Order: sequence, then structure tokens, then C-alpha cells
Amino acid sequence: MAGMPFSFAVLLDRPDIWRGDSLNRAGTTTVSCGFPELDAELPGGGWPAGALTEILPAHEGIGELRLLGPALASLSRSGLPLVWVAPPHLPYAPALAAAGIDLARLLIVRTTSARETLWAAEQALRSNACGAVLAWPQETKYAELRRLQIGAEGGRAPAFLFRSAKTAGESSPAALRIGLTAANGGLAVRVLKRRGVPLARPILLPAMPPAVRRKNHHVDRHPAAAAAARNFPARLVHA
Amino acid sequence: MPVSAALSLVPRLRIVPRDQAAETEALLGIAAWAGQFTPGVALEFPSAVLLDLSGSLRLLGGIAAMKQKLLRDTAEIGYRAVIAGAPTPRAAYWLAAAGEEKFIAELPGLEPALALLSVEIPGWERETLDALRSIGVRTLGQLRSLPREGVARRFGQALLRDMDRALGRLPDPRNFFVSPARFRSDIELPAEIAQAEMLLFAAGRLIAQLAGFLAARSGGVQCLVLKLGHRDRTATEIAIGLIAPSRDAKHFTLLLRERLSNLALVEPVRSIALEAEDVVPLSGRNLGLALEQGKPPGEWEHLVERLRSRLGADAVYGLASRAEHRPERAVAVAEPGSQPSRLDFGERPFWLLDRPKPLTEIGPVPHYEGPLDLLAGPERIESGWWDGDDVARDYFVARTPGESLVWIYRDWRGEGGWYLHGVFA
Repeated sequence: MAGMPFSFAVLLDRPDIWRGDSLNRAGTTTVSCGFPELDAELPGGGWPAGALTEILPAHEGIGELRLLGPALASLSRSGLPLVWVAPPHLPYAPALAAAGIDLARLLIVRTTSARETLWAAEQALRSNACGAVLAWPQETKYAELRRLQIGAEGGRAPAFLFRSAKTAGESSPAALRIGLTAANGGLAVRVLKRRGVPLARPILLPAMPPAVRRKNHHVDRHPAAAAAARNFPARLVHA
Repeated sequence: MPVSAALSLVPRLRIVPRDQAAETEALLGIAAWAGQFTPGVALEFPSAVLLDLSGSLRLLGGIAAMKQKLLRDTAEIGYRAVIAGAPTPRAAYWLAAAGEEKFIAELPGLEPALALLSVEIPGWERETLDALRSIGVRTLGQLRSLPREGVARRFGQALLRDMDRALGRLPDPRNFFVSPARFRSDIELPAEIAQAEMLLFAAGRLIAQLAGFLAARSGGVQCLVLKLGHRDRTATEIAIGLIAPSRDAKHFTLLLRERLSNLALVEPVRSIALEAEDVVPLSGRNLGLALEQGKPPGEWEHLVERLRSRLGADAVYGLASRAEHRPERAVAVAEPGSQPSRLDFGERPFWLLDRPKPLTEIGPVPHYEGPLDLLAGPERIESGWWDGDDVARDYFVARTPGESLVWIYRDWRGEGGWYLHGVFA
């Protein structure tokens, strides 16, 4: 060892030294979220493939599915099937088609117990035949989530679990945990857990459905009949 | 030895009457299964199957590898085999019948191998054998050393012809076995089974046989029926349906395991039978040249079948959209993979409630977890006068105090009022 110049930079470059301020960017395949601000903060630049991502919305319907929309649309475009396990309501086909999801490659699984939900999700992940698996398990324990994580490993599909925001304090083996709250008509995304440095501040994403921003929309999309801008009469709402 | 003597020697002996018909059926089943190795399969009753493997030797990796594979695969379908090989079918049969597990590669090596076999092997008649014994001929080698004209005069041409056929001097054409169009195989269980999961092991043998049968015909099946025979009741039938034809033994086993885990047997099972009626052509799958990292892509149809076998056929479905203005009719439950119609609507929510939920109205403002803030609308949908389900609704996008976006409408038919119909998730 004597006689060799010592370089600190070379020492830090060793693969067995983990630097606290860096995100793990190597070795993870990801599916891009479609939102550049979010992609920049996720290891690998997107939703991790072959791993669990937990989505914890503060309230049902604040935009958890719209958040996934671009990723699901891009997976659907490449011909990969999507599996939705135990969704809380019936997914509305015209909305999915408008979001770019191919209905021919969509599978809905209805279950009668949390156990069946986890089993079906595990089967879908292990088969490695899907582009993405979305599941709404009711109550889950750490061991069951760990099993799902193991089932997903080695595959190419990201697994999205939707759980209640109350479970944010519990420990979970998921690779990524996202908390969602609404803020100023947009979505505040808090990365609760990721592989790498934890993120302190939330990421703000703009409001998604354009109709909300436009304040009116016309069913008839005929280009000749352009919709005139109307101010929605305030007195009807706040009487 | 009479039965009583045998019982006195071994008191716990189990006597089972010999079932010739079942043995013949088993032999036919093995012949059909063996068709996956070669198209040239011939039968030699009562208990031998001849396979012409000269064309498949390269594919199976040589004589030693072929022998290992055959031993393993016959064990998988539940039989113990004595396997011998020779350049002629008759010689191979004689070697196997004598219990010699030899593989003779070339014709010159045949004569020394056959020389040591006893004259009882070829199955000649009793008088011939007695006569041969009386002149001191015990082995085929000794028979060969006798002068041909003498043998012909004393015993007829049959012995010489058989020997010549075995040694390859005369042709020995065989009728090749043609496998039947349907598959049917059964097993009598050695003891009654009361738990459904334990049936899987016995069923595994039948499935292996079915896989071999299908490989021989380059076919697949879309429906399997497993029949469980009881003592008093009629047989229980378990039908497994597949979306796409398959001949994958592992996949069949997985599906069967899911079915059996949910099954409660009413009576213990004594015998199981597996039937497959419609065999459809199914070509093999081409593997990619490059080795893929990670797991290979699975079969989509297999996943759907596996989910259905445990959760039920109507718990797993796809969606199709229909050309309908009424939102609850614009989506339909369908087989996964149906072609949707591409239609353009206004902004639509991701979730639609099963039935619209009436909202309380305080003042002119509808309430759902608090006063709703109407953001966009109205979108008037009036439709359905032709089938009696006439609707006239004004749809709005509203925001709840909890900041979620919902899709509500005001009904102009019936009692009117506000309803919640969907959630923009």
C-alpha cells in the first residue's frame, strides 16, 4: 500500500459506501410519473418497477388516480395489461378510455375479504404478466405487505397500494410511500418514504381535470360551435 | 402357490384380483403419452411399448440422456419401467423382457447381447420350449449355433424367422399406434382419501399423462374434467375451463390446486379420472434468443384463469364502454379483452357509484360532508325515452369541503333533487 497516492474521491466512489445526501439512482427500473417535479424527487426518476408504492390520500377522491393517470396511460400504450384489485367503486370506462387506458387490457378483480385482495395482488405480481397492479386492501399487516413486496421483486410491474392516510404512522416495507393532500385546488404530494434521503417539503402539482379550471364545458365538441365563456353565476352557489 | 399358503407365510398380504382390461388401458395410455417423444410408437402386448427413437436421438441428447429422461418421465406418470434399446424392435423387446437394461447401438453388437438370453423370452410355444430343453438348448446363443436346416426341419420356420428379425436380417414391420382423439385416464386410489388437497398428488400423475398426450398431438385443451369416484354416490365432477387452450402441466396443476383447496368432499374418494374431450391444435411457443434478465413474462390468460379458479368466474372481469348518453349504461362488465368503442364525452369521473346517492339540500346548495362548491356545469343529459328509462339530468363537477371532486346531478324527472353519481379520483 505504501507508495500509492491516496485519493479521497476514489474512496468515496466505492460501491459499499453510502452517501447520505444522494438518491439511489442505479439499478432501479421505473415508470415515469408524467410530472417532472415528482420524477425529479423519486429514485430512478419514476414509480419503481417490481416494488410496492403506497399511496395515502387524505380523503378519497382528491386525485390519487389522476396522479397515476399518465403512468398508467403510458403502460397501456405499450400494450401492457393493468389489474385493479378490489376497487372501492366501479371504474368508469369512458373516463379511463379518455385518460388513455386501453380497456381491452384492463382487468377488474372483485374480492370478498382482505385476504383475497392480497392473494389476488400477489398472483398478479408473481405472474409478471401485467404492466401495473393497483390494489385497495382494507387492513393489512406488515408481514402481508412484505409478502407482496417479495412477490413483486424481479418483475417489471409497479404495484400501487391505496391505503388510508391514518396508516402513515405505521411502518411498511413499501419502497415508496406518498401522502396526498389537497392544496389550493391542486395536489400536495408528500414523499413519506423513499429509497434514499427523505424529502422534507411537499411537491405541489397543479389541479388536474381541465374542466375544473375552465369553469364550463360543452358536451358538443363540434368545432363550429365554440363554447362562449360564461361566468358561473355566483348567486346560485352562495345563496 | 395357492392363496392359503401365501397368506400363511405373510398374514397381512393384500390380494387384488388381476384386471386385464385395466392393464390394457394403462398400456394404451402409456403409448399415447409416449407419442411426445416420437411418432413411431408400437405396442407389444401385454406390457411393452416400443418407441422408434432413431430420429429423436440427437434431440434427446444421446442414449444416456434419453434413458434418464425416459426413466424420470415414466416415474412421473406412476410407472416403473425396464428400458432397453437395440437396432431392431424385436431385439429391444427381448432385452427388456429379460430385464436387461442394455442399450445396443450397432447391429454387430446385437448377437453377443442376445446370445445370453434364455429361450423362454421370445414367447414360443410350450412344445417348442420342451423340445428345445430336451436337446439341451437353454440360450438363444446355443440355438444360433445349431444348423439352420435342422432347426427348420424339427421346429418349423418360425424360430428362424424370429431370430432373423431380431438380428436385423429380415424386416420386421410394425403397425404404429395411433393415439385416440380424446383423453381419458383413471387411477384407483390405494386408500380412500377424505381431504381434497391430498388428491392433488394422484391427480399430478394424470396431468403428466395428459401433458404428454397433448404434446404428442401438438394440441391443447380448453376444458378438463376431473371425476372423483365415491363408494355409494355418483361421481363428483370438477370442470376446469380455460380461456385459451394450453398443455402446460404446471398451469393445470396450479388451477387444480386452487379448485381443490375450496372443495369440501362429501364422501371419501376411491378413484379419480381425468378426461379431456376437445383437443384443439396448439403450436409450441418460440423462445426468444436473448436471455432476459429477471423473470420471463408470464401468460396473461393464465393469470386470469388462476384468479377465476379461486375467486369465481364473475369476480374477474373487464370493462367495455357503450355508446350511451346515460352514464350508468355507458359502461358494461365484459370478458377481459373485449374491444371498446371509442367515444368522446365531456369530463368524466374515474369512479362511478353503483347507484346514485341522494344528497340533502340545505337551501339551494346540495350537501355531501358539508356544502358542495359547484365548479363546472351544467351538462344536460336527456336520453332514454325509447326504453322507458327516461332521464333528464344536469351534471355538475363539485368540490367537497374535504377537497375531493365529485360528480353530482340534479334530477329533473321523478322527485327531482340532487344525487351523487361519481368521484373524480
